[in-house]
Amino acid sequence: MSFDYINMVLKPMLDGTKVTLLLFLIVIIFSIPLGFLLTLAVRSRFKPLSLIVHAYIYVMRGTPLLLQLLFIVFGLPLLPVIGDYLVLDRFVAACLGFVLNYAAYFAEIFRGGLLAIDRGQYEAAQVLGFNKWQTMTRIILPQMFRVALPTVANESITLVKDTSLLYAVAVPELLHYAQTAVNRDFTIVPYFVAAVIYLVITLLLTMILKRIERKYQFE
Amino acid sequence: MALIEVTNLIKSYDRLDVLKQISFTVERNEVVAIIGPSGSGKSTLLRSLVHLETIDNGTITVDGSSLVKNGVYAKPKEIKEITAKMGMVFQHFNLFPHLTVKQNLELAPKLVRKEASGDLEKRSSALLEKVDLADRADAFPAKLSGGQKQRVAIARALMMNPEILLFDEPTSALDPELTGEVLKVMKDLADEQMTMVVVTHEMAFAKEVADRVIFMDKGEIIESDSPAQIFKNPKNERTKAFLGLLE
Repeated sequence: MSFDYINMVLKPMLDGTKVTLLLFLIVIIFSIPLGFLLTLAVRSRFKPLSLIVHAYIYVMRGTPLLLQLLFIVFGLPLLPVIGDYLVLDRFVAACLGFVLNYAAYFAEIFRGGLLAIDRGQYEAAQVLGFNKWQTMTRIILPQMFRVALPTVANESITLVKDTSLLYAVAVPELLHYAQTAVNRDFTIVPYFVAAVIYLVITLLLTMILKRIERKYQFE
Repeated sequence: MALIEVTNLIKSYDRLDVLKQISFTVERNEVVAIIGPSGSGKSTLLRSLVHLETIDNGTITVDGSSLVKNGVYAKPKEIKEITAKMGMVFQHFNLFPHLTVKQNLELAPKLVRKEASGDLEKRSSALLEKVDLADRADAFPAKLSGGQKQRVAIARALMMNPEILLFDEPTSALDPELTGEVLKVMKDLADEQMTMVVVTHEMAFAKEVADRVIFMDKGEIIESDSPAQIFKNPKNERTKAFLGLLE
């Protein structure tokens, strides 16, 4: 295993890593707020909305992410009549699939976080005269965030690894370039390089998340 | 006129009558202790006063304004104004765990009353001084003992300058050795002429501090009298049985 060889495969793989990280960031930035909106919709007193979102979460969590990605990237354009309008850029389509899927998971995590908050918090807020908006934004959400944080952290580590599903919808990312190099050079080395890159990303992410968790310890 | 006036209050869950035709008054500067066995409805009664429970019928009047009149509630804005005259201290403190002691005290006056931060700071440090917790202003509730938490909760309620303080079993969740520090703060408030309604199992407190003791059982007020009368010479058999059981 020569360093020259590693150097050679590293260049395209780091380019692929950029795509991996870009997908990761887009999914985190969009799926967390969307997930929270879904949580609110599930808890809505307007039953039809709650029911629809329940069904949505059930479908998103009950089918493989890979199937969902294939469905959006390759399936939608096959629909009669409207299919022609649903041919998206493959990376954009994949982002959409990831966001829709992860939002469903985050919705369930946040719902659990809300359930963990004691009724007494709402009562104290009411007696002190807070309105609903103040109660939600100043009392409930910060606590929900704290409760949900470890699970959100876990989920985002899973997301780092799930980005490799881009391979299946032919968006060139980290794993794609590793596989290309393996096919071309008949060596196992690129797989190791890919593994190390994933490990470095998850390590950094873990450290950042730990720091955030410590900041929201409230002790 | 009485500061709180409750007439024919009725509340039921499903078919179970929790409060049956309750009537009582609290005068300004009076300390009223409500005692009675678990499930007698005393907490529900207290919570009805600040609209944490919705009653089915009856009238609750606070400082001349009706929160609910013959079962019909006032408009939301009026309800807010009326309940703002009362502060509440809960059995489980219900401090906001993500805020420091000082922030717990200052958030409500800041958001609800839009008070300037300079005034807030003065008042919060004065109140923390009063409950003997000046040195814990920047601590999070998780770092406090139960007795300290409850004293913060009292200070937090006082920040809103209530005319009446309601206490819902304020010492029931505390270790016995920590009840004293909380009862002392409550006694100080009573000495300062704060109007207080206290649901409690602390008979000693009821005996020494209360001006009047109300004994409740099974959703009814059985007896309401001076502590001397209630504890030395209860008229009703159920009161006798309850106090006998305790000794």
